[in-house]
Amino acid sequence: MSDRLPKSPDNAKSPNNDGGANQRISADDVAKVANLSRLTLDADELDLFTHQLADILDHARDIEALDLEGVEPMARPLPLVNVFRADEPGEPLDRAEVLAAAPSVENNQFRVPPSLGER
Amino acid sequence: MTSNPGAHLTAIDIAASVRSGERTAGDVLEEHLERIASSDAEIHAFNHVMVDEARHCAQAVDTAVKAGEDPGPLAGVPVALKDNMCTRAVPTTCSSRILQGWKPPYDATVVQRLGMAGAVVIGKTNMDEFAMGSSTENSAFGPTRNPWDTSCVPGGSSGGSAAAVAAGFVPISLGSDTGGSIRQPAALCGVVGVKPTYGAVSRFGLIAFASSLDQIGPFANTVADAALVLEAIAGHDPADSTSIREPFAELFPHLDDGVSGTRIGLITEMMGEGIDADVAARTREAADALEAAGATVQEVSIPAVNYGLSAYYLVAPAEASSNLARYDGVRYGNRVEGNTTDEMMFATRTEGFGDEVKRRIMLGAYALSAGYYDAFYGKALKVRTLIRADFQVAYEKFDVLLSPTSPSTAFPLGDKTADPMAMYLNDVCTIPTNLAGHPAISVPFGTGDDGLSIGVQVLAPPQGEQQMFTAAAVLESAAPGGAR
Amino acid sequence: MSDASGSTIDLEKWEIVVGLEVHAELSTRTKLFSSAINQFGGEPNTNIDPLTLGLPGSLPVLNEQAVELAIRVGLALNCAVRPSEFSRKNYFYPDLPKDYQISQFDRPIDAEGHLELPDGSVIGVERAHLEEDTGKSTHVGGGGRIHDAGHSTIDYNRAGVPLLEIVGKPDIRSADQAKAYVSELRAILIAVGASDGKMEEGSMRVDCNVSVRARGASELGTRCEVKNVNSLRSLGRAIEYEAARQVDLISAGEDVQQQTRHWNEDEGRTHKLRSKEEADDYRFFPDPDLVEVDPGEEWIDRVRAAMPVLPAARRHRLAEASGVDLAKTAIVVERGLDELCLAAIRAGADPVRTLTHAEHNLSGGRSSNLDPDGFASLVGMETGGELTATQAKQVLAEMVSSGDSPADIAQARGFEAMDNSELEGIVDELVAANPDEWQRFIEGDSKVMGFFVGQVMKATRGQADGKVVTKLLNSRR
Repeated sequence: MSDRLPKSPDNAKSPNNDGGANQRISADDVAKVANLSRLTLDADELDLFTHQLADILDHARDIEALDLEGVEPMARPLPLVNVFRADEPGEPLDRAEVLAAAPSVENNQFRVPPSLGER
Repeated sequence: MTSNPGAHLTAIDIAASVRSGERTAGDVLEEHLERIASSDAEIHAFNHVMVDEARHCAQAVDTAVKAGEDPGPLAGVPVALKDNMCTRAVPTTCSSRILQGWKPPYDATVVQRLGMAGAVVIGKTNMDEFAMGSSTENSAFGPTRNPWDTSCVPGGSSGGSAAAVAAGFVPISLGSDTGGSIRQPAALCGVVGVKPTYGAVSRFGLIAFASSLDQIGPFANTVADAALVLEAIAGHDPADSTSIREPFAELFPHLDDGVSGTRIGLITEMMGEGIDADVAARTREAADALEAAGATVQEVSIPAVNYGLSAYYLVAPAEASSNLARYDGVRYGNRVEGNTTDEMMFATRTEGFGDEVKRRIMLGAYALSAGYYDAFYGKALKVRTLIRADFQVAYEKFDVLLSPTSPSTAFPLGDKTADPMAMYLNDVCTIPTNLAGHPAISVPFGTGDDGLSIGVQVLAPPQGEQQMFTAAAVLESAAPGGAR
Repeated sequence: MSDASGSTIDLEKWEIVVGLEVHAELSTRTKLFSSAINQFGGEPNTNIDPLTLGLPGSLPVLNEQAVELAIRVGLALNCAVRPSEFSRKNYFYPDLPKDYQISQFDRPIDAEGHLELPDGSVIGVERAHLEEDTGKSTHVGGGGRIHDAGHSTIDYNRAGVPLLEIVGKPDIRSADQAKAYVSELRAILIAVGASDGKMEEGSMRVDCNVSVRARGASELGTRCEVKNVNSLRSLGRAIEYEAARQVDLISAGEDVQQQTRHWNEDEGRTHKLRSKEEADDYRFFPDPDLVEVDPGEEWIDRVRAAMPVLPAARRHRLAEASGVDLAKTAIVVERGLDELCLAAIRAGADPVRTLTHAEHNLSGGRSSNLDPDGFASLVGMETGGELTATQAKQVLAEMVSSGDSPADIAQARGFEAMDNSELEGIVDELVAANPDEWQRFIEGDSKVMGFFVGQVMKATRGQADGKVVTKLLNSRR
């Protein structure tokens, strides 16, 4: 689409990376996405998931037969544009009710173990 | 077929009798609670039965009737909700350990609308964890069984809602359909199930699986009951940016219009390989029945639907990998402690999610990751465009389309749990509709060689629910053994 | 790897290249995608709704006013305002309620603009896009430092507050220019009502990309992104430190590694947060819960028509009207006194004297309420010799506080313009009373001039015009 801008060279997806669909997903790939997804896999799980994901992706390879040149991607089913909300405050949630459902609370805040590193 | 577990009063009858004062909502509720108490231990349709809340609600309906007020079109009708719809102060779990015990501080839009229509929400139904599955075996709380044959699955992911209607626990229930999760269990449980046009029913308060595919819809014993519920819950909601702004179609005035002159296309790609012979046979009989009722039926090819499954298993997991990130043990749900926030998040998610959910999260993360986006997710979005375009071409020649709902009848528990791909193939006929954002309905139409229910699917163009329901009503009356 | 020094860079040899990413919180009443209140401070976790907490089932609906403000800023920065789309940026962090941030990725609302600094230099703006802010973590225990044990608590009041991220091009060449850029951007944001620009409250936050290269080189050097720059002063220090560190590395024959670095204000240095390789794979994809935004010509034109005159245009306008250097107009515009000066000049006031008063004798705020005609007559009284510079300053101060006319104030204070005959008498008396000094003055010792002027001032209690006294003394020499 003509109005797309790369956000920065680092974040641009690399179209030339032909890892793409041509390579079978490896255990390393699965370990990487597990880590990205905050999931821990033991060796057996890693092996099993690698095979299962590879099977699913093998099946998905059939779309490579399609000529998708010039086809617009469809990220959303409806062609809606400009759905807005007026800038008016609504009823807030009850803090006590919300905090009661939290795993750990301190001074009306959500408590978590220390974070190493920052954004 | 075993006994007939689902022969009961319709929602329309119940609402009429409650509104007229002939019966009380309280009595109706107690009857249904009794059925649940006596049989749900075996079926396990419910994760949670809201006895107190439901009694309270029924009482309010009865008070209104006594005061001469009209509680609404669903007055006193017990309704079950799939456990992925937020109900304030009532456990909402998605059948996942990670949300076990969580009580939302707000109601989903559909819950509010059911309340305004006078319905009595009776409980939350079992499902595949986060709606990922086709058998309801992926529930962290144990599987639901098919009321027609308890050794078989009810289908999924809305298996609990389908089974609840089939077992007579409720006359109507709500499910959600991302790739067939209403229609496939409806077919396997011998009930009517509707996946409305994307955007017809608000998703506000529906716990997301794949946001661009998810739609809430009803299960019912009859097409008319399904229409009654859908009219009550559909319509624009400013809380959902993807909600359709135009008023929802009027269904009731057209249920008896018949199909004389209606052009119906039988989808070639959904009648061949991979579809059981008995299922294909019933679908052809359904086509014949429609023809006999005055419709013209022709086969139509929609080539791109062959790629639906592939596109779906890239798009849905990609969205899910993002939608399910929020279950991190910080704000709600269950936490497994760790020495750092990162360790806590890993432990929480690793223990909180089942294997199917993990599989799809990882698959989705992979499809979106640097270097693979274009090859997988990006391509899948283009396939969606092709599928929608192919449907569009078909709808220039046909008013509605016809296909089987599921390739087979209900299968035994455990049959497909070891092979994800075999399980995914259950949704081959239903997935293309979700990818296109179109509506479809599954109507029971006879049984298979094993005596279990078969459903046929009527598909329609976007916001084509009116002609879809009209055709479904004709099929219902023509179904072997007549309408139940 | 050496982690060097606060040494200064040899700017003959090296060039600093800086690109800034500024996050500005938009001044809306409610959050970007939900109706919780957008407010700084407040009791923890009170500005919350289902979306703010990322509750299951919650959905975003875009705040129209945030789009309006983004359009205003886009136009103010000379950007193209374009059809845009929201994507999800996926990463796990406890202050990010959904564990993804809704942001505009490859289709930002504003693109390809620029802004002009007071010295006339022009800095490119690559894009400006809307996104959600995060909640706030507080580190508790372990001395409050993030690398110690202890724990954190999170307040989500800020989560979902609308941010406009303004990504500048690497056109900046010094720490001072970076500071000027941020000041200018801040002035623009305030002028269009988009943000309060309070760096101290975090409503404006700056990340800087710093690289260095040999002067004359055309390729950019490897950059580092420096975070946690919380004031203009920090910005300047951080850039200078980081540039010096990179020069030291290169001078020592090492390579600069692409990194994200943290500015430590107390230590006056940056340290590594993560390398490029450790950067998250954010897995951006279009957010299916939101629809496209296409403001369209009509909306954009409506916003354009309602735009205030922006600081750069105001500086040019004032320079043109007053004939002073463009650079000299900056402070007057910054204080919001340019309209007043323009009106006074139109009413006949001497432009240079007018701007001098605005620069030295007026602050912003209440001074901007000064009546331009009164201001003009004050300047007229001064240039006409009725008031001395010192008197004019005092009268001006009282005009601001009391609102009275300059003539009344001058009269009340007895700042009557002395007629020259009276003054001549005083001068003659002084000459007679100090014959030795007068003799030295006649012989050409100009320093004695000061003595006589001082004596005249003393005798007139400061009411005499120094220039007139000088003239009288010279005429008697």
